[in-house]
Amino acid sequence: MATEIQHPLGAAVLSAVADTPAAATKTVSVPVGIPGYTLHEEQRIVPDTEPPVLPVNKDLEYIGKSLERWDGQAKVTGRARYTADVQLPGMLYARFVNAPIPHARVVSIDTTAAESHPGVKGVHVIESLLGAAVLRDPSLERTQYPIVRYAGQPVAAVAATTPQAAEEAAAKVKVKYEALPFVVDADLARKPNAPLVFPGAADQAGTAGGGGSAKGIPQTGNIHGPAVHKQGDAEQGFKEADVVVDARYTTQVQTHSALETHGVVADWKPELLTVYASTQGTASVREELAGFFRLPKSQVRVITEFMGGGFGAKFGAGNPGVVAATLSRKTGAPVRLMLDRQEEHLSVGNRPSSDQQLRIGAKKDGTITAIQLISFGTAGCGTGAGCSGPAANLYKWASLHVEENDVFINAGPAAAFRAPGHPQGAFALEQSIDELAARLNMDLLDLRDRIDENPVRRVQRQIIRKSALWKSRNPRSNADPGPVKRGVGLSQSVWYRHLTMNSAAEVRVHKDGSVEVLSAVQDIGSGIKTVLAQILAEQFGVPPAKVSVKIGDTNYPVGPNSGGSVTTASITPAVRDAAWQAAQKFLASVAPALRAAPSDLTLKGGMVCSASGKFQAIPFRQAAAKMNTDEVSAQAKRLPDYDPSKYDTYGGVDVAEVAVDTETGRIHVKRVLAVHDCGRPINPGQVISQINGGVIQGISYTLFEHRLLDPNYGLMVNANLDKYKIAGAYEVPEIEVQLTESYIGQSSTDASGIGEAAGIISAGAAIGNAFYNATGVRIRQLPMTPAVVLAALNQPQPSMEAL
Amino acid sequence: MSDREKPEKDQPSTTQPPAGISRRGFLKGAGITAAGTALLDGVQAFSREAACAVRSDVKELGPNPFPVTLRINDQERTLQIEPRTTLADALRIQLSMTGTKISCDRGVCSSCTVWLDKMPVNSCMMLAIDAVGHHVTTIEGISAGDELHPVQAAFVRHDAMQCGFCTPGMVMSCAALLEKNPQPSEADVRYAVSGNLCRCATYPKVFAATLDAASQLTHKT
Repeated sequence: MATEIQHPLGAAVLSAVADTPAAATKTVSVPVGIPGYTLHEEQRIVPDTEPPVLPVNKDLEYIGKSLERWDGQAKVTGRARYTADVQLPGMLYARFVNAPIPHARVVSIDTTAAESHPGVKGVHVIESLLGAAVLRDPSLERTQYPIVRYAGQPVAAVAATTPQAAEEAAAKVKVKYEALPFVVDADLARKPNAPLVFPGAADQAGTAGGGGSAKGIPQTGNIHGPAVHKQGDAEQGFKEADVVVDARYTTQVQTHSALETHGVVADWKPELLTVYASTQGTASVREELAGFFRLPKSQVRVITEFMGGGFGAKFGAGNPGVVAATLSRKTGAPVRLMLDRQEEHLSVGNRPSSDQQLRIGAKKDGTITAIQLISFGTAGCGTGAGCSGPAANLYKWASLHVEENDVFINAGPAAAFRAPGHPQGAFALEQSIDELAARLNMDLLDLRDRIDENPVRRVQRQIIRKSALWKSRNPRSNADPGPVKRGVGLSQSVWYRHLTMNSAAEVRVHKDGSVEVLSAVQDIGSGIKTVLAQILAEQFGVPPAKVSVKIGDTNYPVGPNSGGSVTTASITPAVRDAAWQAAQKFLASVAPALRAAPSDLTLKGGMVCSASGKFQAIPFRQAAAKMNTDEVSAQAKRLPDYDPSKYDTYGGVDVAEVAVDTETGRIHVKRVLAVHDCGRPINPGQVISQINGGVIQGISYTLFEHRLLDPNYGLMVNANLDKYKIAGAYEVPEIEVQLTESYIGQSSTDASGIGEAAGIISAGAAIGNAFYNATGVRIRQLPMTPAVVLAALNQPQPSMEAL
Repeated sequence: MSDREKPEKDQPSTTQPPAGISRRGFLKGAGITAAGTALLDGVQAFSREAACAVRSDVKELGPNPFPVTLRINDQERTLQIEPRTTLADALRIQLSMTGTKISCDRGVCSSCTVWLDKMPVNSCMMLAIDAVGHHVTTIEGISAGDELHPVQAAFVRHDAMQCGFCTPGMVMSCAALLEKNPQPSEADVRYAVSGNLCRCATYPKVFAATLDAASQLTHKT
């Protein structure tokens, strides 16, 4: 089965499921399927402590409604305080000193001039670097300072009383470099005589967002690989195939470009290190700082009240975190270290490139006999360029042969980036599946119905079939006579049901009728604060705006890191369970005053009711005044899925309409229909916001974004937002989002995330397939800039004969 | 003072402006966002600057901090700044008005959009001293007390934000558009925010929210 392929996050999920204690259970009936299509009831055996099963969204008051973002007013008024906005008394401003060349040995560092610069309070020379791959055999490189492996690598840092003084002083740190031969072109780096980025095998660990590589992968020169996955006999599979499609696809390096750069404010006190961090994982930052400084976790506090985007690159403390903390310890003052835009492009992550050779063999009826993917990609001086997720997990196949290779170059290390590996993989796979359909003379959706076993995508394709946009598609390609040609194409996507068991929350009910939820989980912009408020609102019958949501602080119960779309699936059941348990405690607390047995009381729709009809229902708030204590609270952690054997994947189908100007080479994406699944959508409006964003970010990746490295100097030539083009208001198409509300009966909320599946995976292939429909030409290279488009249009096309 | 900042030799010496005039004129022009009729405003800004440049009563300031008084959100605020201090840094660091964000610090993303006499400008590309004598309006100043500005309210209603880091700048650009053009088309809104980058890419709802705010304002009046 395709799902047996190990995904970077998969192992963590399975091991987490294993360590559950046995408990008393009950059998419940849960809704499963998609309302209007496949909804039915199934039985699940669940722990006794679980709250009653939630009905489908239409039967709920607050859950499933597009309610106002809980912190919307704070964001529109500028009151929302991000890490970049934190100001502490006596706070110093720090700047990195960065290497100006891509590969070098640091001979000496002289900090005297910097230290005597007015306003400077501390200088730190980096002796231990985070983020990049590390040598398996560290003895191959015994140096005082880390070897510089990319231009922009931090070497030292300065803390001063003003940002200007820090910047001036940083320029006065004298670093003597011995330049080493370098390579920044992944094709050249694969050649036998290429300069070596590492003198031996090196590996980069993944983060909570994915990425990184498995251990023990072979390495030859700069080629870290192949990581081989084989299932079935692919050679035999290709022999049995009636049709084989075989093509090469290339994709570029993309940088995350979150608007708030990476950074922290670190305040080192003997008893407590407090760090305000722009992070996707308060837990991951605490973990890394405690480990780096050998501090007990109880002496590290991480706070992320608001954060300005991460997209996978903001896990752990990273170099800014440990350097700011070090400078704070040295100077005895809080230290703020926010990267500038150039540093953000160079040193804190990117989406690896890919060069994929993809072969698919199929029978006349579409059955896939074999898939073979040989990929090379560069994650700079890190690893994590694998892209086989879609090829391995989207369709049913008889055999699979995957070889993934990382190619080291002298560039900043990659990091997890929204659906790691999947936009690259889907760009290739979904164009080849279209090609296969053409060769088999099959309808694009019919073929997918044949080979795609996912029940939700089956429904999504029905929605696509009925859509005006798909009906407007001319099945004949290159049908428009004029120079501007219209085309419509689609692509499917897949993501996984990842969970983090380290997800807990506390819910408190106060005598004045106020309720609050506390968890270390952070809101990275997806709106989890609102979602948690809605869950409490549903339980206590109070409007979500009246619920206090206190999150993003490791002083509260541990929360999941927000990566791999785990947040909603992981934290919401813990919060609902805590709310339910707090409600039971609340009823017990008011029972004496109401002269009722706790078992006679229920809390429903904001009213405390007596099952036996002993008294008339009274409002929650009024009942709260009768509590026999000032506060009741309950803490709950994430329980395992009700039926882990029903592990499922999430996905969507996206349709794009393009207009290709065959004279200028410009592609305009005119319309997108995005049909997506995230289980039970708790706040559909926020889900749609994320999907809009995923679609546009995907268009941006497909058409514009490109990290350019100068092969002569090894420097990034477009390390800002003017030359590194990301989609803006003019590039936004008309987007229609359709959510397939689907239930799988796995937890007390049965909700999941949407971040990864939200359009970015399929945009490239959907546009590529639409381009083919418009022009009759395959475009297999990203980004599809006008030059790439014109080159593709001018290339003689191989004849694609149908079977 | 660096050579680069010295006045051009061929300028008439009698009307010699203090060092940095030509540069600040450039900065100010370049600091205008793409919002609304910014191009036209830009020309006006340059001409205002040119008029300012021939004044002879301007004294040389810096490099050490000196006091200036800025009019921000209808309040006089006196602060000590170095001549090189940008308006964005003056607001954020000196006045702790951190609603205005810095993201690219190069006038590309418009996260730092504020109004200078109701014209949206990139405050990261403008020197604080150039704001002297003007009315500066920031995100903290566009709502009337506790009541949200109609554009802010519409942003909340339409969920026109995700991480929210670009949101203050977006709101300032959209609100400035409605000041000039109370009944914009969607194309007008796109133009108004064509300089505002949003990496979460929440643009469709920004367009919808601004059009909704416009229609609500029109109904009110």
